[in-house]
Amino acid sequence: MKITRKEFLKISGACLVALSGKNVLAVLDSPVKSQTSSPSARKQLGMIVDTRKCAKAKGCTKCIEACNKAHNVPSFQDPAHQIKWIWERPFVDLFSSYETQYMETSLKEESTPVLCNHCDNPPCVRVCPTGATWKREEDGIVMMDWHRCIGCRYCMAACPYGARSFNWVDPRPHIENLNPDFPTRTRGVVEKCTFCSERLVKGQLPACVEVCPEKALVFGDLNDPKSEIRQMLAKDYTLRRRPELGTGPNVFYLV
Amino acid sequence: MRDRLWIIASLFLFVGFVTYPVWHALVAHVPSRPPSLVLPANEKQCVAPVSYMRASHMKLLLDWRQQVVREDKSKYVAFNGKVYDMSLTRTCLKCHDRQKFCVRCHDYAGVRTPYCWNCHLDPGQIKRSAR
Amino acid sequence: MFMLEKAMVGGRRYWIWVGALLAVIAIAFGFYLHQLSYGLGLTGMSRDVSWGLYIGQFTFMVGVAASAVMVVLPYYLHSHKEFARMTILGEFLAVASVTMCMLFVMIDMGKPMRLFNIFLYPQFHSVMFWDVVALSGYLVLNITITLVTLHAEQQDVHPPGWIKLVILLSIPWAISIHTVTGFLYAGLPGRMAWRTAIMAPRFLASAFAAGPALLILLCFLLRRQTGFDVGRKAIHGLAVIVTYAMVINVFFIAMEFFTAMYSRVPGLTEDFQDLYLGTVSHTSLLPWGRSSMILMAAALVLLLVPALRRNEKTLAVACALVFSSLWIDKGVCMVVGGFIPSPLGTATRYVPTVPEVIITLGVWAVGALMVTVFYKIALSVEIAKETSYVPAYEFARTGGAIGLQAHASSSVVAPGSSATGQAKEEVSERGKQE
Repeated sequence: MKITRKEFLKISGACLVALSGKNVLAVLDSPVKSQTSSPSARKQLGMIVDTRKCAKAKGCTKCIEACNKAHNVPSFQDPAHQIKWIWERPFVDLFSSYETQYMETSLKEESTPVLCNHCDNPPCVRVCPTGATWKREEDGIVMMDWHRCIGCRYCMAACPYGARSFNWVDPRPHIENLNPDFPTRTRGVVEKCTFCSERLVKGQLPACVEVCPEKALVFGDLNDPKSEIRQMLAKDYTLRRRPELGTGPNVFYLV
Repeated sequence: MRDRLWIIASLFLFVGFVTYPVWHALVAHVPSRPPSLVLPANEKQCVAPVSYMRASHMKLLLDWRQQVVREDKSKYVAFNGKVYDMSLTRTCLKCHDRQKFCVRCHDYAGVRTPYCWNCHLDPGQIKRSAR
Repeated sequence: MFMLEKAMVGGRRYWIWVGALLAVIAIAFGFYLHQLSYGLGLTGMSRDVSWGLYIGQFTFMVGVAASAVMVVLPYYLHSHKEFARMTILGEFLAVASVTMCMLFVMIDMGKPMRLFNIFLYPQFHSVMFWDVVALSGYLVLNITITLVTLHAEQQDVHPPGWIKLVILLSIPWAISIHTVTGFLYAGLPGRMAWRTAIMAPRFLASAFAAGPALLILLCFLLRRQTGFDVGRKAIHGLAVIVTYAMVINVFFIAMEFFTAMYSRVPGLTEDFQDLYLGTVSHTSLLPWGRSSMILMAAALVLLLVPALRRNEKTLAVACALVFSSLWIDKGVCMVVGGFIPSPLGTATRYVPTVPEVIITLGVWAVGALMVTVFYKIALSVEIAKETSYVPAYEFARTGGAIGLQAHASSSVVAPGSSATGQAKEEVSERGKQE
């Protein structure tokens, strides 16, 4: 059977396309990570920040220090390069749309803890091109994979809360107390609060929650109606940051 | 063919250049000894058989990384039934001294570790710098 | 296959220009190596303003890349024959622009050695993944188109039939690369300055003004340096396109202005206050925004008055104004402006550092070098076809350099005239050199 070179090339090309099409379909078909537990057993971890209790300890930064120490978060003088997993801002900066000229002045200055909200519908996860950040099925934590992050900082642009930081330089020289139990990060990747997933695995509470002297941070499973956090939410009205954006933040602020 | 001399000379130089890694050690009388590795004092058995670790420890580490970071698992059941924590720093480096074991072999084989140590901590190094 | 030998022959001015570009690239590369080892802290970007000059330039150049469609569409879809000599120039400009875009993204990455993670772990819900796909595809498309059509020109045959399909594909693809880049910004819920449905249309409008404006300027430059003339009708046709695009661009900005200032929603007004009206934020963007407005207004005046548009001197000025005003608008104001104020209300000043600017200039130099080399190749093919008094084999040997010089000195040369004599002397000189 005589076949011209042109025909041969056409057939090979068609075969190549068909084969690669198969791979594409396989990727699209790949099942979402199979859930080991039924949907009802799935957790959604969340946190309540009781700003009234927090305000009682003026000048206290124990949660910030505990987090930074536990995770080798570097400290920088230059605010441009700062890495912040949990930090503090005046209340009105978090809730600028609720600011009125008649509100009590203490609220304008009161330091309030800020951290990643581990949203239900996180825009940072939606935009990450490599899947270096994703929302975990089993507990709803928005997690970071520092091996995969390419440092494009699209997630930082997408986060409506400014919860993410980038390693503009090598962080190691700027770490004050090195914790040998947790890796540092390297320059060129984005990082943020991970709800202390490495402590949760050992059955511990997040570092910030554990260390707070006023017990102002309450942590728990929002999907469990009997949990402490759910009971508190049922009792008092709470605020969430920028809820109108549809992100579904899971950090609630008691005012 | 008046270029014969040039061609043969250049060929000779080229072959010499390309095979440099092979003959330079012989010429410089550099003794080639396998590295002397300091084995862990406390443990006799690693998380997998020696032959497997020699050939595929990177594969094991990548597998651990996938499970710990992306699948939220932490425990590894070894071939002999023993349960280990899947951690480079806390398990591997609990027994092995990075400088006297890992680095020596890697240097000898000329295998650069991908940038693991940019992030992962070496407890031996921390102890040494603390002194 | 790439006819690069045609770019290896040139006069003194050519090599001085190429040498200068290579020097800039080498210096910039040195700074980039430093950035690789030190980190992106070498730039002026910060936790609040996490995208800056690099991504701004990327955003602007995507527009220039897409603008090739403004030449291709009239010529191939509507048989607007006047654009015949200009299409190859537009397509080559697109190749250089897309390459610059990809370079800008790569130098902005924190971990560029992990670039392939985008392909190893594709996330189909990420707009950035689709942006990479679109840009890579556009690059492949345009390289194919330019190579195939230029080869056909050189052999003096019709290009193969299938290239028509590829060219037709490149038209919606060009629209899509800028739409996807617009989606990068418009799809984010948190940045009010970007979250507008007309972000992608605004991008397209400014692209179709800035890109053809640059092409017009390049055509003027080519005519001055080499005598290669794309034709008055082509220039003026493109100028009309630039005019319409600029009007639509300013109209879109006016639409945004009305929505923000009439609704008085703070998230929307802040952007305009920072960029144009002056505000308490005291960011560095106000002079940039105002300059952009003034330049746009001046450009519109020069473009809308037909006598000024038809005069090539004022048209050149208008094109320079269009390009620079849109460069400021898209390359500086839009990207940086989206980060001010930050989600927690702070207005962080962004000032690019010297290394950052030099690295940016290096990427621009790469683009300029590509355009230089491509246009040299294209012109040597075109001119070889047009001038017929020097034997064809001399063109093949000298890459058309002789043809270019002869062409520059006069438009029509009769055998035996001084120009031919000059050409013959050149031929014998080169023969002696070799």
